[in-house]
Amino acid sequence: MTNFTGHDFIWGCSAIGAGLALIAGIGPGVGQGIAAGYGASAVGRNPGAKSDITSTMLLGQAVAETTGLYGLVVAIILMFVKPFG
Amino acid sequence: MGLFLTGNELAESFMIKGVYKLPFQFLGGDVWITTTAISSWIITIMILAFGIIVGNKFKNADEIPTGLQNFIEMAVEALNGMADSILGENRNRFINYIGTLFIFILTCNLSGFMGMRAPTADYGVTFCLGFFTFAIVQFQGIKNHGAGHFTGLFQPLPVLFPINLIGEFANPISISLRLFANLLSGVIMLGLWYGMTPLLAQIAVPSFLHAYLDLFSGAIQTYVFCMLTMVYVNDKL
Repeated sequence: MTNFTGHDFIWGCSAIGAGLALIAGIGPGVGQGIAAGYGASAVGRNPGAKSDITSTMLLGQAVAETTGLYGLVVAIILMFVKPFG
Repeated sequence: MGLFLTGNELAESFMIKGVYKLPFQFLGGDVWITTTAISSWIITIMILAFGIIVGNKFKNADEIPTGLQNFIEMAVEALNGMADSILGENRNRFINYIGTLFIFILTCNLSGFMGMRAPTADYGVTFCLGFFTFAIVQFQGIKNHGAGHFTGLFQPLPVLFPINLIGEFANPISISLRLFANLLSGVIMLGLWYGMTPLLAQIAVPSFLHAYLDLFSGAIQTYVFCMLTMVYVNDKL
């Protein structure tokens, strides 16, 4: 710990921040699970509309994924672009 | 050359790399031919060659389609159906752009199968695609609504003008970041796999990762990008 500089401190804090940014992955996980659950129950009620339900569900899930991907982008910027040091 | 994933460099394996430095400067910075540019050239040449082959095929099309002609007719019908579900009667005005977008993004997303770094995993590419959408949406808004396109920003209350403005500019950022981040996560996962596992685990196992990250995710994101472009355009018609 003798050669611990301010640059190292900022780099460590950036790594912690990148880890914290990926907490954003909780939201899309829950949301996609809810969408898949309702999709499954809709197919159970009306098996004839399976293809329509599946495509609508996948479209909604892909859009709901966006907030989690913003967290990923922030984490990648913190780790590889290193805006603070 | 750095175009293909070697698996030797862990962090290097999923970065965009400069291949050839051009002998001039632009706005005080160096100009590089990157792996993204070379990959998109290869993809453009492939699409052009495919288009020429299909065009020659359709010059003397058969009454009863077989083989390639059958496949192309099915693909065009699927694209038309996709555009019909959003745009309805205005479909023929936009199907050329939407179809071009769909073919280009899909080929880019699937280029991971050919060992290339997907061009859509570069924010420069996806931002341009998002900007095209933005430009088309604004053009259609001004053309169809005139001054109402701008006064609509003050609806329902003038206080909401900043939020409406941000909402207008957030669309291209949001759709381009969605495509970029999906493809980037796939590139990073595959780069980590190729960089961290021993040679034995690189023979057949990555095909499952490729199937999910390149094929499934890439196809879904292509569909989402085209659908959202059509939804935004349809709002302004």
